[in-house]
Amino acid sequence: MDSQEGGQRSAAALHVHGLTKRFGTRVAFEDVSFEIGYGEVFGFLGPNGAGKTTTVRTLGTLIAPTSGSATVAGIPLTPENGVEIRRRISIMPESPGLYLRLSVAENLQCFADLYEVPDPGDRIERALRAVSLAGRAHDACGALSKGLRQRVALARALLSDPDVLFLDEPTSGLDPVAARDVHELIDTLRRSGVTIFLTTHRLEEAERLCDRVAILNTTLRTIGRPDELRDRLFARALTVRTLAPLPDPGSVFGGLAAVDGWHQDGPASYLLAVSDSTIAAPAATRALVAAGAGVLSIGESRHSLEDVYLELINQDTEASRR
Amino acid sequence: MSISTRRVRAIFRKELREYRRNKSIVTGMAIFPLIFLIQPLVVVFVLPTSAAGQLAHEHLLLYMLGIPALVPAMLAAYSVVGERQQGTLEPVLGTPIRREELLLGKALASFVPSVAVAYAVYAFFLACVELFAHPGVAPALLQGPYIAAQLIFTPLLAAWSVWLGIAISARSSDVRVAQQLGVLASLPPVLVTSLIAFNAIHATPGLALGLAAALLVLDGLGWRLTSAAFNRERLITGTR
Repeated sequence: MDSQEGGQRSAAALHVHGLTKRFGTRVAFEDVSFEIGYGEVFGFLGPNGAGKTTTVRTLGTLIAPTSGSATVAGIPLTPENGVEIRRRISIMPESPGLYLRLSVAENLQCFADLYEVPDPGDRIERALRAVSLAGRAHDACGALSKGLRQRVALARALLSDPDVLFLDEPTSGLDPVAARDVHELIDTLRRSGVTIFLTTHRLEEAERLCDRVAILNTTLRTIGRPDELRDRLFARALTVRTLAPLPDPGSVFGGLAAVDGWHQDGPASYLLAVSDSTIAAPAATRALVAAGAGVLSIGESRHSLEDVYLELINQDTEASRR
Repeated sequence: MSISTRRVRAIFRKELREYRRNKSIVTGMAIFPLIFLIQPLVVVFVLPTSAAGQLAHEHLLLYMLGIPALVPAMLAAYSVVGERQQGTLEPVLGTPIRREELLLGKALASFVPSVAVAYAVYAFFLACVELFAHPGVAPALLQGPYIAAQLIFTPLLAAWSVWLGIAISARSSDVRVAQQLGVLASLPPVLVTSLIAFNAIHATPGLALGLAAALLVLDGLGWRLTSAAFNRERLITGTR
C-alpha cells in the first residue's frame, strides 16, 4: 500500500486530538480524541444525531473541522492534504450512492479511474469476487436489491486497497442474511490487515466485530474494548438460582469471601456483587450445599455492550433533564 | 496543481452514459433543437424565389444559436444537483478527485454533446435548404460570414452556458429548479442574437469579434469561478 512506501507509516492509522465540528451554533461533535492502530476494527457507536457520520466525513476530508487536529493514514488532516488522504482511505456512506442507470462494472470502472488504480479490470474482478458478485457485473445497479447494492458499494470501497476503510452503517436496512454476509466480509478484511472504522447502531454487531469501541454522544463518552467497558461501568456479579427460595439467604451469602453484597433478584434467584468471581463462586457453592439448598445454577452475570451503551446514553439524558 | 486526465475522462464517460439512459434528458435535448430548427425551416420553405434576396438582410441563421445557448444549460444544470439528489455525490467527493477535475469532466460532458447536436442540426438545416428550398434561397442564405459566425459562436456560447449551468447546479437543491434557472440565465445571449436577427442591433464584423472575445474571456474565467464557488462541505451537508 502507498502509505508503507518510504517508511513513512506512523504507528497509528488514525490519531484524533480534540476534534470539534460546529455548524454555526450547533455542535455536531466536540473535543473528540482517540487513536486507532493499523489493522484494528474500531466501532463508533452513538444515537442518531450524535455526530458519527459528521466525524467520518471530517476524517474523510469531506468537511473541515472547526478545531482540533488529526492524522489519517499517517497524514495530517489539513485542506492541502485532502487529495493525498483520500487516496489512502475509502468511505462507504450509509446510502450506497450508486449510479442506478449504470451497470455494476460501469460503476466500479468509474471509481477505479477516479482512484487511478493500476490494472482496473483485474482490481474490479477481485473486488466483485470479494463481495460474491462476480456473476452480476453487467446487471444494472437499479435492478439490484438493497443488500446487493450495499455489496456493490463495499466492492467500490475495496477497489483502491485502502489503508483505512470507513464503513458508515454498512448493515443499515439489510435483512439478517445480507447483514451476516457483510459481517463475514468485515472479518475477512480484518484478517487481511485493513483498518476499519465502523459506525453502527447494531450493538451486537460492534461487540462481535470490533476490537475496540467508542461511544459518542456529541462528546466521546467512553472508549475501550467491549469487556473493558463492561467492567468499567458495571460491578462484577454472580447470579445464583436455587430450586426453592432460601429461608435465610443472609446467613448463606453474608461474609463469604470476595462477596461484597447481595440482593434477591427473583423468587429463587440472587445477585451477588463480587470482587473476584473465581473466589466467590466456589465459596457460594460450598455455602449453598452446606445450607442444604438445591442449586440450579451459579453463573457470572454478563452485561452486554448494549447495557453499557444504554447506561451511558441514559446518564446523558438524565443530565440534560437536570 | 496538476489535472488528472484519467479522472476527468472517468467523469466525462460516466456522465455521457447517464445522460444517454435518462429519458428526460434525451427528450430535453431533442425538444430545444426542434424548436429552433422548425421556425427557420418554415420561413425558408414558404419563401418564394422572388423574396429570396430579402434573406440576406434577415440573419435567419442566427436563431439557431439558441441551441448551443440552451441545451448545455439544461444538461449542466442537472450535473451537480442531480448527483446530490441521487446520493452519488458523496462517494465521488470521497475519492482523490479535485473539484477542478470533477467540474471539467462534467463541463465536457455537457459541452461535447450540445455542440455536436448544434452542429448536426445546423448541417441538417443547410442540407434541407440546399436540397429542398426554392431556387435562389440557398445562395441568399448560405453566406460565408453567417456560417463562420455559427461555427465560432456555437462552442463559445455553449461553454458559457455550461459554466453558468454548473454554477447554478452547485447552488441548487432541486433538479427542476436548477434546470429552469439554467435555461433562464442563458437567455441573454439568445436575446442578443435575436436582436441581431431582427436587425435591432446592426451586425458588423467588429461587433462579432468583440462579442466573441468577450465570450472567450468569460469562458476562460468560468472554470475558475465555478471551481471557486464549488463548496464540497455545503454540497455534502446542505448547510448554507
